[in-house]
Amino acid sequence: MSSSISSGGGRRAARNDTPARAASGGVQPLLELRDLAITFSTANGDVPAVRNAHLTVMPGETVAIVGESGSGKSTTALAAIGLLPANGRVSNGSIIFDGEDITSASEKRIIELRGSSIGMVPQDPMSNLNPVWKIGFQVKETLRANGLPSGPQDVAKVLSEAGLPDAASRANQYPHEFSGGMRQRALIAIGLSCRPRLLIADEPTSALDVTVQRQILDHLDTMTEELGTAVLLITHDLGLAAERAHKVIVMYKGQVVEAGPALELLTNPRHPYTQKLVASAPSIASRRIESAKKAGVATDDLLAPAAARGPSLDKVIEVEDLTKVFKIRGNWGRSTDFTAVDKVSFSIARGTTTAVVGESGSGKSTVAKMVLGLEGATSGSIKFDGVDITTLGRKEMFDFRRRVQPIFQDPYGSLDPMYNIYRTIEEPLRVHGIGDAKSREKKVRELLDQVALPSSMMQRFPNELSGGQRQRVAIARALALDPEVVICDEAVSALDVLVQAQILNLLADLQADLGLSYLFITHDLAVVRQIADHVAVMEKGRLVEQGTTDEVFDNPRTAYTQALLAAIPGAGLVLPPEVA
Amino acid sequence: MPEPTPSPLGTAAPTAATPVGRTKRSSYPIEHFVADVDETPVRATDSTVSDAAPRSLWGEAWRSLRKQPLFIISAILILAVIFVALFPGLFTNEPPNENCLLENSDGGPAPGHPLGFTVQGCDILSRVVHGTQSSLTVGLFATLGVVLIGGLIGALAGFFGGWVDAVLARIGDIFFALPLILGAIVVVQLPVFQQNRNVWTLVVILVTFGWPQIARITRAAVIEVRNADFVTAARSLGVSPLGALVKHVIPNALAPVIVIATISLGTFIVAESTLSFLGIGLPPDVMSWGNDIFSAKPSLRSNPMAIFWPGLALSITVLSFIMLGDALRDALDPKARKR
Repeated sequence: MSSSISSGGGRRAARNDTPARAASGGVQPLLELRDLAITFSTANGDVPAVRNAHLTVMPGETVAIVGESGSGKSTTALAAIGLLPANGRVSNGSIIFDGEDITSASEKRIIELRGSSIGMVPQDPMSNLNPVWKIGFQVKETLRANGLPSGPQDVAKVLSEAGLPDAASRANQYPHEFSGGMRQRALIAIGLSCRPRLLIADEPTSALDVTVQRQILDHLDTMTEELGTAVLLITHDLGLAAERAHKVIVMYKGQVVEAGPALELLTNPRHPYTQKLVASAPSIASRRIESAKKAGVATDDLLAPAAARGPSLDKVIEVEDLTKVFKIRGNWGRSTDFTAVDKVSFSIARGTTTAVVGESGSGKSTVAKMVLGLEGATSGSIKFDGVDITTLGRKEMFDFRRRVQPIFQDPYGSLDPMYNIYRTIEEPLRVHGIGDAKSREKKVRELLDQVALPSSMMQRFPNELSGGQRQRVAIARALALDPEVVICDEAVSALDVLVQAQILNLLADLQADLGLSYLFITHDLAVVRQIADHVAVMEKGRLVEQGTTDEVFDNPRTAYTQALLAAIPGAGLVLPPEVA
Repeated sequence: MPEPTPSPLGTAAPTAATPVGRTKRSSYPIEHFVADVDETPVRATDSTVSDAAPRSLWGEAWRSLRKQPLFIISAILILAVIFVALFPGLFTNEPPNENCLLENSDGGPAPGHPLGFTVQGCDILSRVVHGTQSSLTVGLFATLGVVLIGGLIGALAGFFGGWVDAVLARIGDIFFALPLILGAIVVVQLPVFQQNRNVWTLVVILVTFGWPQIARITRAAVIEVRNADFVTAARSLGVSPLGALVKHVIPNALAPVIVIATISLGTFIVAESTLSFLGIGLPPDVMSWGNDIFSAKPSLRSNPMAIFWPGLALSITVLSFIMLGDALRDALDPKARKR
């Protein structure tokens, strides 16, 4: 691997001896972190959170910090604005803003800089607006704190710049009257209201639907471009970072492992961690095909869409005209009907994966609950092997439960913290009275082996396991009864990219080995591309489009699907087929 | 920024070595920095945990409790109090109600009688020691009853919700609105209680007015756990609603109930003393701290020590239970748990 870019005097030299000023043709960097180290003092002594972090942000440039949870990306950015938690401190290195060393600047000076020179857009739009004050007041507060004119028309101007329609009347509303996207716009308005020269955006859109995320990021791009604001974008999504930033910085376990131009990093990642990250980013190469190849299955068959595999496939689940109406209680016993799922029909062929895709509130999770038999259907039918499960009696329902099992999103909530791993996986066997103590233990060992966990895990408790390990345990529990169908409700959404790739691989391997059928409920189209044979797109309770994955991705027929596809972060990027 | 039309994932030829699509190009040169791999080793994704002994949640709580001075002190005090209650004979040879000589009335410490005498001329040490049993019995059994009844009602209300919740919660609110002491004063006038005044009738009265607090706490804890994914997972495994409640929901909702129960144990001991002090608690022939404080009241000025010693015993016992509750709350706090 050779590159012409870092040839100037070796890596260490390029980093320490050549000031960024020289490298950028005499322009002074807006923000520069030099060998920054941040330490947290905890009950167990000092814990280094960030070490040797080095980064420069030039005026008007967008720089993205990418990393998994716990990599120190947010801590680094918070240090730049002097907002470290009380037990954190900069233990080494310096922070230079516009030529001024602010590492140990006084509280007064930092407050002067905040807002007017460095703005901030926080992560969670739901909790970062004060619910008891009107939006307009919260904008006004920022303007006034920075000594800017703060009349109603100034507030409205700030809000309308951030893309809020009808800003003057919106300013009189409370945060709960805003949707998530609108709240994030309001937060961006506040962050940019004082025309800062640097905006720190900490995962500004991770809580939002993809289409809203795209709108917000597009708007942020346009606004910062117009104002010439530099942006320090913090994200876990490599695709998003590469698409939105000039420069990408990859952090891993508190250290900067690689930094460079977005394209260069994607095509020529040189640190092993970056290479893993690029390889795992949801991409065109379907993991499932790889694992089928490993298992020695003729790949031609699997590469073709499932529907083309011939008519021999029987339908394991057929959903017809499924409808769910919730009664929403109003005042004085009056209630209004809310149709969460509206005449949805689809089917799952045995041994394949069907993905139900939609944004929040599309009714996809309600569909999953009805197929699991946890929620009754208002009308329509769910046929499992030809038998309608909506009319099953108690006894038949109990037997049906063996054949369909769920895996949930939150790895921290899906395991009982009081049960150790052995009891967790054994529970389904015990409930259904399968085998005796000895054979059950053997089965638990087999299951742990299937999900690639050592059997020494059996005595551990969920709180000792990482998110990915917990998700493996949840998969083992779901497989204990040898189900035919597994329903994955956002099963990988809460995991870091590398762990997510591992779990997706595991699911694909298990499908190849055991002939499982998956119903994959997700908002993440990139994941769908990797794992699904069929896709059903839901919007506001209705099924707007379905077909094989290739059909839907290559030829989206409805505008909604097109918008969803276009909104996938990094959709426009093509990654190299193989990363060494 | 001009927005180039994005090509949906997968339509572009995957063999293309040069990436296409929307990325930004900076006007400044950007160096490609790579950290030294030896300095930043990449560990296996999601590597397994170390070989430390497995730790359950209760195990973790115990580990953190063991280090807390608050817990150690309160536990030692409580064990001492229980020991005194079980074996009063080890601490005093004097019978509490006999050998009361009027010539000793309000007498100070004397050989064999280190704490002096009550107004009746009885040995204070003996009365305090023998009073421990009834106070502790009332406290323990009232707490047990409250946890069983309040816990059951709260768990059912929280888990099933709907009209079950509405009915049970309203009944609880009615009892909650009645002040404990006032309610007890009224109920004690009933003939049944007038004829059988003993430790057990007092326990029944305290439970009658004390359960709604535990019911509320349990209900809130159960509602929080009820919607957890692991309960849904258990339901889809075929576990019945009641089975899920007993096996998954209640064990996870127990921590706050234990904390409140420990603290209320102290308050029940106080309530017993209060009722005895008012003359409607335990009958005078039963040894109890409340009775002793009541009977020492007239001689508060002449012989304050007669009221001081039972009062001290009561304070220490109640304080140690409240301290234990505090220590438990810290140890069982879900926020303090790792992840």
